Amino acid sequence: MMGINVYLALIAIATLLSLYRVFRGPTTVDRLVAVDIMTTITTGLMVLFALLYRRMIFLDVALVYAVLAFLGVIAFARYLEGGI
Amino acid sequence: MNAVSALGELLVLFGVFFYFLSALGLIRMPDVYNRMQTATKSATLGSLGVIIGTGIWAVGEGLHWGWITKTLVIAVFLLLTNPISAHALIRGAYKSGIPLWEGSVVDRYREALEESREEGEE
Amino acid sequence: MGEAGKISRYLYTVIVLFIIWLFLTSSLDAQELEIGFILSLIVAAFTYDLFTSRGLANLHPRRIAYAAAYIPYFLWAMIMANLDVAYRVLHPKRPINPGIVECKTVLSSDVGKLSLANSITLTPGTITLDVIGDRYFIHWIDVKDASIEGASENITRPFEKFLKVIFG
Repeated sequence: MMGINVYLALIAIATLLSLYRVFRGPTTVDRLVAVDIMTTITTGLMVLFALLYRRMIFLDVALVYAVLAFLGVIAFARYLEGGI
Repeated sequence: MNAVSALGELLVLFGVFFYFLSALGLIRMPDVYNRMQTATKSATLGSLGVIIGTGIWAVGEGLHWGWITKTLVIAVFLLLTNPISAHALIRGAYKSGIPLWEGSVVDRYREALEESREEGEE
Repeated sequence: MGEAGKISRYLYTVIVLFIIWLFLTSSLDAQELEIGFILSLIVAAFTYDLFTSRGLANLHPRRIAYAAAYIPYFLWAMIMANLDVAYRVLHPKRPINPGIVECKTVLSSDVGKLSLANSITLTPGTITLDVIGDRYFIHWIDVKDASIEGASENITRPFEKFLKVIFG
């Protein structure tokens, strides 16, 4: 079970790497793509946290987070197309 | 450390590798379309690996078997919705007028859009 | 293939909702099963009209067998796609040759088109940009053939032979 801390740290570093694109990204869509990837990665992070604390209820948090992130990205994409 | 948790841990490691790959692709690729290409695919496979791997690992640690079914639901949900959000984003990018990378070879979509516009004018 | 009867569509929705309930609660306790079954009946009454247009015909054994064969094939294609992506990202010169190509499909149902678009997005170097009727516009990271037939041969054919049976 010790390895789980290492994986959590690695995933956090991957999130930070994609944060670079959120700051740099020349256009809005670049930032949005980076945020989309960040939310996907964060879902995996939450599932790993559930295992770290051994609480199954945290899996529901991850599921709801995935649903909300999906809805948010769809709303922004509609906005970019010019009709919400 | 039994065989089941070892398998789960291996899957998690596999997923973490692809998470890294998607973040790297996000940084290295030249324009938004290519970034989406690399990032979406690797992030989806990475999530599958990490999430299902966690479920298997938890069962291997002697936790309730509900872990594996619940993680499967999350993984299937991500597998279904990630391509849809990528598709919505790439269409939004095209419609909001971001040009393709200068090394691009062909753009059939613009030809088709112009065709339909000409037909509409006639 | 027209719409199936209301009862068949309703029953199909109930079955799918109940299976999702089983996976989410992951308990075989009698109380949980009862509540889940009652809730599936209620929710299905409101949603069956949106949820499916073919009803129980979706559970034909041939369809299920093809779907079961499609999953490992698709996962394998996805892993190959990611190794391809890994090669392109880690290579110091970034060997990419992108462009937007057009493909034709033979699928007619909406769910079939959606799954084809999703499958295309997750497999080697392609991402669906737009679907107009039976024309797919696809962003391809390494264009090998810019003509409609050549691109269809390369991108959509391998999936269509499965999806045609599963979704018609």
